[in-house]
Amino acid sequence: MSDFLVEMRDVRIEGRSDETWMPIINGVDLTLKKGEVLGLIGESGAGKSTLGLAAMGFCRDGVRISGGSVMFDGIDLLAASAEQKRQLLGKRIAYVAQSAAASFNPAHKLIDQHTEAPVQHGIAGKAESAADGVELYRKLRLPNPDEIGFRYPHQVSGGQLQRAMTAMAMACRPDLIIFDEPTTALDVTTQIEVLASIRQIVEEFDTAAIYITHDLAVVAQMADRIKVLLKGDEVEEADTRTMLSEPTQEYTKSLWAVRAFERPEKPPVASDATPVISVQGITAAYGTVDVLSDVSFDIHAGRTVAVVGESGSGKSTTARCITGLLPPRIGTIELDGEPLPLDYRKRSKEQLRQVQMIYQMADTALNPRKSIGEIIGRPVEFYMGLRGGAKRKRVAELMDQIELPADQYIDRLPSELSGGQKQRIGIARALAAEPKFIICDEVTSALDQLVAEGILKLLARLQDELGLSYMFITHDLATVRAIADEVVVMKDGVVVEQGPKRDMFKPPHHAYTDLLLSSVPEMDPDWLTNLLKERGVDNIGDAAVGKMS
Amino acid sequence: MNPVIKIILQRLALGLLTLFIVSIVIFTAVNMLPGDFAEAILGQGATPEAVAAIRRDLGLDQDPVTRYLQWLAGALQGDLGNSFAQANFASFVGDDSGVRTSVAQQIAPRFANTMFLAGVTAAIAVPFAVTLGVLAALYRNSVFDKVANVSTLTSISSPEFFLAYVLILFLAVLNPLLPSLSNIYADMGFGERLQKTLLPALTLTLVVTAHMMRMTRAAIINLLASPYIEMARLKGIKPMRVIVHHALPNALAPIINVIALNLAYLITGVVVVEVVFVYPGIGQLFVDSVKIRDIPVVQACCLIFAAAYILLNLTADILSILSNPRLRHPK
Repeated sequence: MSDFLVEMRDVRIEGRSDETWMPIINGVDLTLKKGEVLGLIGESGAGKSTLGLAAMGFCRDGVRISGGSVMFDGIDLLAASAEQKRQLLGKRIAYVAQSAAASFNPAHKLIDQHTEAPVQHGIAGKAESAADGVELYRKLRLPNPDEIGFRYPHQVSGGQLQRAMTAMAMACRPDLIIFDEPTTALDVTTQIEVLASIRQIVEEFDTAAIYITHDLAVVAQMADRIKVLLKGDEVEEADTRTMLSEPTQEYTKSLWAVRAFERPEKPPVASDATPVISVQGITAAYGTVDVLSDVSFDIHAGRTVAVVGESGSGKSTTARCITGLLPPRIGTIELDGEPLPLDYRKRSKEQLRQVQMIYQMADTALNPRKSIGEIIGRPVEFYMGLRGGAKRKRVAELMDQIELPADQYIDRLPSELSGGQKQRIGIARALAAEPKFIICDEVTSALDQLVAEGILKLLARLQDELGLSYMFITHDLATVRAIADEVVVMKDGVVVEQGPKRDMFKPPHHAYTDLLLSSVPEMDPDWLTNLLKERGVDNIGDAAVGKMS
Repeated sequence: MNPVIKIILQRLALGLLTLFIVSIVIFTAVNMLPGDFAEAILGQGATPEAVAAIRRDLGLDQDPVTRYLQWLAGALQGDLGNSFAQANFASFVGDDSGVRTSVAQQIAPRFANTMFLAGVTAAIAVPFAVTLGVLAALYRNSVFDKVANVSTLTSISSPEFFLAYVLILFLAVLNPLLPSLSNIYADMGFGERLQKTLLPALTLTLVVTAHMMRMTRAAIINLLASPYIEMARLKGIKPMRVIVHHALPNALAPIINVIALNLAYLITGVVVVEVVFVYPGIGQLFVDSVKIRDIPVVQACCLIFAAAYILLNLTADILSILSNPRLRHPK
């Protein structure tokens, strides 16, 4: 009998693509003792989730384990029948998915989904299991634990759902839980509550866990050991503290270094300078509900203003107002001191040209049926009136600026590019109009850290060369630190604080800014413990709100 | 107001509007039929005077707008007019006894028969098709799935009269289990009536099953890649329960809509089966009335068909809306 709960040896996993099997995992070992937490990190496509699911003996459709062995507590999961595996799943091995909102069945109440595994596995009766569920909700500091289970998933917020899912995974008191990016979709302030809940419950029941994430600072808080994956291969594995302080591999070091990119703040502009964009007291509504009220800020030539806040704080709505897609109810927007018509349909072509936008999801923002040359060529023709050879030459210049050689890429379709390359095409398309001002809406949120850093550096270089002004919408404070000159902090449609970057990262600041700043996970493995102590240990669930009240 | 009630009232109003528009279409279309009742009934040897007299007697000499408004006003009060064919043309010879058969009297028993046949068929076909669809989704790509698909497709692709004769051959001639004639009467007992209706009902079941079964299967399979289905499987839930408890409740909307379409077909489109089994339903009455240009009956049948379609689709809409927990339980 081995002393490992999970023992995976030389595991090889393949995925079907166009009738052939392509390797996803190329012979990785993974071991886990009882009560131990292993962090699995890597970029998207590294095979983290696939490996995590394989530890449950589970493969998604179109994926197969082609070699190696997966043992769970002495049971060979690869040899076990579907029925034997079904007996283990939910009961001894549980799973917590990335998006709780999508992973809870919309048709059933939370408590019914919670009690399903214990009842179906014959561990507990429905009433007994429901009572235990309420107890777990209480432990995880969900609001109204007695009542929340009777709600449907859509009636509960994302962070609460994620905690309810952790409770659901605990329903049968499993020996192992796979956490698959459980906080990736959450705001930083919500993330803390979920992280604290997960850590508390894993410690209390001495459950072993595999914690999958791409966020190093998060894994540092959660894991005893960290394993780094790259394109289906293991890069290295070590204790969390060793891994953080002395990574041995180049790739790991480069991952660690990403957070170090920081651009020096530019000197303040002259007080009488005319801002490129001036937003003055705008209030905007969807239907009859005001979602922005009295928002004002200026963006000067060659400067970057970062607009930060949680989801729903009004960041993207502000961008829609500036572009004229959502005319504000009250207030004005000026371009170079001249008022802009509020509705984009009333703006001149010249005014439209000056304000461009880059989107979060390059995937959906590029027409999948058009080649790169056509995508960039369209605004070149529309705004600059270039055609034929002149247009082709200009497109090539633009592609040069975004560091994608025109001769290789100009005829490709967006689907033939990587995520980072697609985002570069989005940048080139915005540049094609030769604007003064570009709105960047969460342009790096969907990208891996290394790729995101490349995009940030490119944007910084273009700003220096072309004197562009950026409005940078983000919820990620590391991005703010990297690129901003000034920061606008928003909450519930209101600007709660604004000023130069150096002031933002230095106290004293507004309570909400403080909460945002202190909620960003740091690489220090003791960060979460210390933070919770600071905010009051007895108050995990309300930790984030604690500071606000 | 509760959003569900608001949506239902909106749909109801839309349904009434649709019915009104359809009534105009029906009236126009029926009036565009070549020839009229007077010519049809008097035959080739009719004198122009006789034709004109009958037209005057039936009000066919008035302009179409007036006739439409009269018909609409009558229909709104539940009076669908009098059948031409059953009319006593005594007034023509100066001896009007005043006895006339109203369209409602003529249609009511036929319509009840049609509803009975549709009800029996639905009671067999809907559970059968949905169960078959669930099983096909559960054992997808297996031999069972393929056999179920091929056989239901075969039955929907065959002409109805052919299916009817095949069933008669096997269930009435070779094995005399059921009567091949479905001539039912008003004072028949329920048991006997059911027995006589079974063969046409089975024939119609074969016709409507494929559509409902394939939609059930497709709607469920469509959901099997969703994260919550994966979650259910990772909780160690049995495959059958994953399908029935986790996938089916979320797949109801498209299934309900297809069921409604098929039920509407059972009410409005079964004339061939009625003819084969000599079943006295509304379809036969409709075809006969068109033949002799018995316009009030034709219009009333069309109006009933339209109302059935609208009502069933309305019900389907409302049930689909109710199947969505987001609407049943707003935040």
